[in-house]
Amino acid sequence: MTKEVAVLGAGMHPWGKWGRSFVEYGVAAAREALADAGLEWPDIGAIIGADTVRGGYPGYVSGAAFAKALGWQGARVGSVYAACASGAQAIDAGRAQILAGLADVVLVVGADSAPKGFFRPAGGDRPDDPDWLRFRILGATNPVYFGLYARRRMAQHGDTPDDFAQVKVKNSAMGALNPHARYRSRVTAEEVAASAVVADPLRLLDICATSDGGAAVVLSSMEYARRLGQAEPVRIRAVATVTPRYPNTVLDLPDIATDSAGAVEPAGETFRRSIARAAYEEAGVGPEDLSLAEVYDLSTALELQWYEDLGLCGEGEGVKLLRDGATALGGRIPVNVSGGLASFGEAVPAQAIAQVCELTRQLRCVAGDRQVVGARVGITANQGLFGHGSAVIAVR
Amino acid sequence: MVTGWFAGEGDDFRLLGTRCSACASVFFPREDHHCRNPACLGGELVEIPLSRRGRVWSFTDSRYPPPSPYVTDPELPWEPCAFIAVELEAERMVVLGQAAPGITVADLAVGLEVEVVPGVLHEDAETTWTTWHWRPTGVTGVTGVTGVTA
Repeated sequence: MTKEVAVLGAGMHPWGKWGRSFVEYGVAAAREALADAGLEWPDIGAIIGADTVRGGYPGYVSGAAFAKALGWQGARVGSVYAACASGAQAIDAGRAQILAGLADVVLVVGADSAPKGFFRPAGGDRPDDPDWLRFRILGATNPVYFGLYARRRMAQHGDTPDDFAQVKVKNSAMGALNPHARYRSRVTAEEVAASAVVADPLRLLDICATSDGGAAVVLSSMEYARRLGQAEPVRIRAVATVTPRYPNTVLDLPDIATDSAGAVEPAGETFRRSIARAAYEEAGVGPEDLSLAEVYDLSTALELQWYEDLGLCGEGEGVKLLRDGATALGGRIPVNVSGGLASFGEAVPAQAIAQVCELTRQLRCVAGDRQVVGARVGITANQGLFGHGSAVIAVR
Repeated sequence: MVTGWFAGEGDDFRLLGTRCSACASVFFPREDHHCRNPACLGGELVEIPLSRRGRVWSFTDSRYPPPSPYVTDPELPWEPCAFIAVELEAERMVVLGQAAPGITVADLAVGLEVEVVPGVLHEDAETTWTTWHWRPTGVTGVTGVTGVTA
């Protein structure tokens, strides 16, 4: 088990289509996190930015972009790009600096201004980029992959489109309770079924939107937290950022094919499962210890996959867990009580940090109407392109 | 555009991958520089044709036109394009591709046998960009696909 770091503060900019610069959202989230921690920006020893490649050149070096906007104060700086896992890896980088003794208190920020419609690769002819290739040669958007996974679950486990819709029904009900969420109205299964098919069998309301948004956390050493008089802060106990193991046998974005298992027998677990296992091992907890989970519901069907990959239920039993109400507010293991990406949409570098903001509020028992009673242990799970995936475990 | 990913005409059309001469790992898209098996010290990567036939691992479609760099004609209405992820038994791998023109999700089922066929990705006045398509076996031509659902 590694040493813990304290989460002193959490802050967010509401998700939506605001049409402003990602720096603006990040600074708003950072100021809220600093205020929540009871600290001033000059107190911060290091700033780590989760990068966006959407906002033009400064986005590639977001740590410095946020530091400049907050006012240069000489802090150590870092920037992290890991697609959808950027936020979690930024938290990991900040945590590592604290555990290494390089900084006592670190500000981690992620924010984005996302374009409308499908995400697409950067311009130019770039045949050495697998993400560019899948668009140019196949026209395979992210929802195409989500559709493949959903259809595979239907064939393997007997899931139905209505089962998928129930994930949206659940998450929208919880998102309606969250003032930071972009979508704050409840959605019915009938509304999901009436929305347009995007990638068979998934419909518009099965797939998360693209959004603007920002999130930030202030992390510190346990000693620094004690000096501030915070005897029992929320603590991060694990950040898993493992790569897949060869051969990776589940077709994943942005690849056109899986590795071949012809020469090497695959490991007994998929990449997504290995992300969760690494987090559990590092934290010294298991799925039975969890009070809540925040997972990437890029599509409704993917949330069901995470139930199984996190060990909340056996393989193929995701729908049963959902139907039993276990993953709803008040259930045995509520999932995406924030409302999830179903209610927020994707603001890529911010969303993994936003997951940790939600865990922080829940573990402090200040989540208001969406509070998970007696929350003690929470996990986040996310996955980015190119073999990135992360999970964070926080405890109180 | 993707040199060496496929070759041949008609029944001889095949996807091309590479195989490591040391550990026999197969790669598609082709890997020409280093074997990616972490336990392999590395051998010569030799071009090989992949199996012509496989079974549907999963399928879906795209009801909205994909963004660039996919090339579409904005003058024409978008015809939904089906995708098939195909499990190749000998290679023990899954390869994604577009379904042949005229094949829709209604024609497909997980486990159905499909074969690789040559196709056209896009053409303009000067150039025709060729590609591969997956098509249920026993189906010829671009129409008359009703009844192939397993």
